[in-house]
Amino acid sequence: MTSVFEYAPAPESRSIVDIAPSYGLFIDGEFVDGSGEPFKTVNPATEEVLSEVASGTEADVDRAVRAARRAFTRVWGPMRPADRGKYLFRIARLLQERAREFAVLESLDNGKPIRESRDVDVPLAAAHFFYHAGWADKLDWAGLGPGPRPLGVAGQVIPWNFPLLMLAWKVAPALATGNTVVLKPAETTPLTALLFAEICRQAGLPPGVVNIVTGAGDTGRAVVEHDDVDKVAFTGSTEVGRSIARAVAGTRKKLTLELGGKAANIVFDDAPIDQAVEGIVQGIFFNQGHVCCAGSRLLVQENVHDEVIASLQRRIGTLRLGDPLDKNTDIGAINSAEQLARIRELSDVGEAEGAQRWQPACELPERGYWFPPTVFTDVSPAHRIARDEVFGPVLSVLTFRTPDEAVAKANNTTYGLSAGIWTEKGSRILKIADRLRAGVVWANTFNKFDPTSPFGGYKQSGYGREGGRHGLAAYLKGADQ
Amino acid sequence: MSSDRLAVRKTYKLYVNGAFPRSESGRTYEVTDAKGHFLANAALASRKDARDAVVAARAAFPKWSGATAYNRGQVLYRVAEVMEGRHVQFCEEVAAGEGLSSGKARAAVDAAIDRWVWYAGWTDKLASVLGGANPVAGPYFDFSVPEPTGVVAVLAPQRSSLLGLVSVLAPVLAGGNTAVVVTSKERPLPAVTLGEVLATSDVPAGVVNLLTGDAEEIGPWLAEHDDVDAVDLTGAPARRAMELERLAAGSIKRVLRPPAEEPDWTADPGLARMTPFLETKTVWHPMGV
Repeated sequence: MTSVFEYAPAPESRSIVDIAPSYGLFIDGEFVDGSGEPFKTVNPATEEVLSEVASGTEADVDRAVRAARRAFTRVWGPMRPADRGKYLFRIARLLQERAREFAVLESLDNGKPIRESRDVDVPLAAAHFFYHAGWADKLDWAGLGPGPRPLGVAGQVIPWNFPLLMLAWKVAPALATGNTVVLKPAETTPLTALLFAEICRQAGLPPGVVNIVTGAGDTGRAVVEHDDVDKVAFTGSTEVGRSIARAVAGTRKKLTLELGGKAANIVFDDAPIDQAVEGIVQGIFFNQGHVCCAGSRLLVQENVHDEVIASLQRRIGTLRLGDPLDKNTDIGAINSAEQLARIRELSDVGEAEGAQRWQPACELPERGYWFPPTVFTDVSPAHRIARDEVFGPVLSVLTFRTPDEAVAKANNTTYGLSAGIWTEKGSRILKIADRLRAGVVWANTFNKFDPTSPFGGYKQSGYGREGGRHGLAAYLKGADQ
Repeated sequence: MSSDRLAVRKTYKLYVNGAFPRSESGRTYEVTDAKGHFLANAALASRKDARDAVVAARAAFPKWSGATAYNRGQVLYRVAEVMEGRHVQFCEEVAAGEGLSSGKARAAVDAAIDRWVWYAGWTDKLASVLGGANPVAGPYFDFSVPEPTGVVAVLAPQRSSLLGLVSVLAPVLAGGNTAVVVTSKERPLPAVTLGEVLATSDVPAGVVNLLTGDAEEIGPWLAEHDDVDAVDLTGAPARRAMELERLAAGSIKRVLRPPAEEPDWTADPGLARMTPFLETKTVWHPMGV
């Protein structure tokens, strides 16, 4: 299908960012050399090398944890809570002031459309700091038990799909509750975290309160396994989550895990189809489907299946895939060659197992990592594309006849992160929402996030919540919840 | 009323799915009082018994978690009522098993009954205290509610055979979970009698399953069972706690770690034994006309 409208390119200028040829680790308020072999971070839309980034070893992580411990004991712990809050307010403002720079850098390093990094990732990251800033001196009223105390040093490992936003989800609540941080950004998307280090310096944040140690899996493991870490927070795959849960077993470390998902997006026959189709598109193609809560399983009531699919295909035909910095782009680049290989592999398995693959006629740029928006119909609940997290722009369509069947199919997964419901009937929304075993349920909307709204999974999608009053508990001692 | 009447002794069995089976393994073990005198032969639960119990707990989950909070509260209060009627029997079993004076045993039984009352009153307050509306920056109604985690495997305290047991079981049930409990190994008799109370207190079959036996033997099977959602390791042998937590990681179970030593169960419980077995669900809906 050809695009309805032709658009002239409208690229956002990248001159606003100044990427250094190489970066060190941010430890104790300074950029220092890493002891490991530096690695390259590339623009996934062009395969251009953006910078060379230091890799933290166990010794580097130890240095960072010691800096964080010192800062916790001497400065951040004893500080007046209101002052901790003021630092967070400063950070929120600095992020807003430099929002465009962060958005462009995020799109360059991650491959996501500038429309999303500009309108979603960066504003939400700032909002998270603003929200948590206010908590810093109000924790006694959070309903988390008497006199909540910080845990100490938080070791945090974040994924590549929302690099700055995941940093904000981790760092803001940790600091607001009085903890200090050693953060390990994802290997393929370290640049906005390193720019955030500069924000910390501009904010005058005391050295050691936030430490950023870049690297790959080994660096993350060193953070998680360090003896002097009191708290581990991880967002990423269920597989790595499992190994982290094993690693912290038998220790004092408090653990929160935000892992994978295979969300059902349920469309009933009375739903406004056009709105539902927008929601389906937003659910699975937002951020190229690199979203743990993506609505990757469409459950559509059988009698409207053909109508929904036809409308969906028409809508997908209007999506523009290409240069992430183009303001008209809907679908950007797949974050890495490795992820692209996984998406291809699972899609091939989908076809081999008997599902029907549909993709719009869609030209892919010659260089970079790209995968067109894809819809599989005739999917059975036993197919791997109905069970495994693809983490890409691949939608699996299943059908149901009754609400009971919809609920049974939606819950037929080891995951439980999110779900969607589309219907005009309010009582049905509340009943279905009640029966879905998922941490976030979007009714007549999808993929909405807010710092005041707790986010996290049931079952093997992890435990603990991020955001809201609930998210504070993960960073407080003696918190009753 | 002849004083030389020979007593009718009770056969102590498991409590699984609302019934009192022997262990499928046919095994029993001798239970003695604190001085070493024979009290009874208790069933020594096996891996298969544990798996049967998980099946029962899973099957019971939709109805128990779906009951109204008011209804759950009434059922848990009913447990206290029925326990009260068996006060003397519990006192005797606790005194014998734990080697307590009759006064101390009575205090423990009193506290155990009162603990059911405390938790019975919580069922319809949790959502107000732990949930609420979230003021998101957009035209959406957004609220969060606590929901039960699912099937919880509980390794009950080894020393406090009744008060400790109730203190770990009642909070699991109050939140709407179903439970598979491995009782104190050496002091299992009050647990079996509690099973008889539960069976006659409107607690639906399968909501509570009590396995007498060895947490060291059955614990690992429960910790790694894929249909168990959470484990409370309170009564786990200290040297096995790490291994059990590792096994639980396989299916990302919620784990309540064991305390360094068995706590003083008479202390005010707070929420700390309910929240580990509650999930938070957040629901969004657009606002518009």
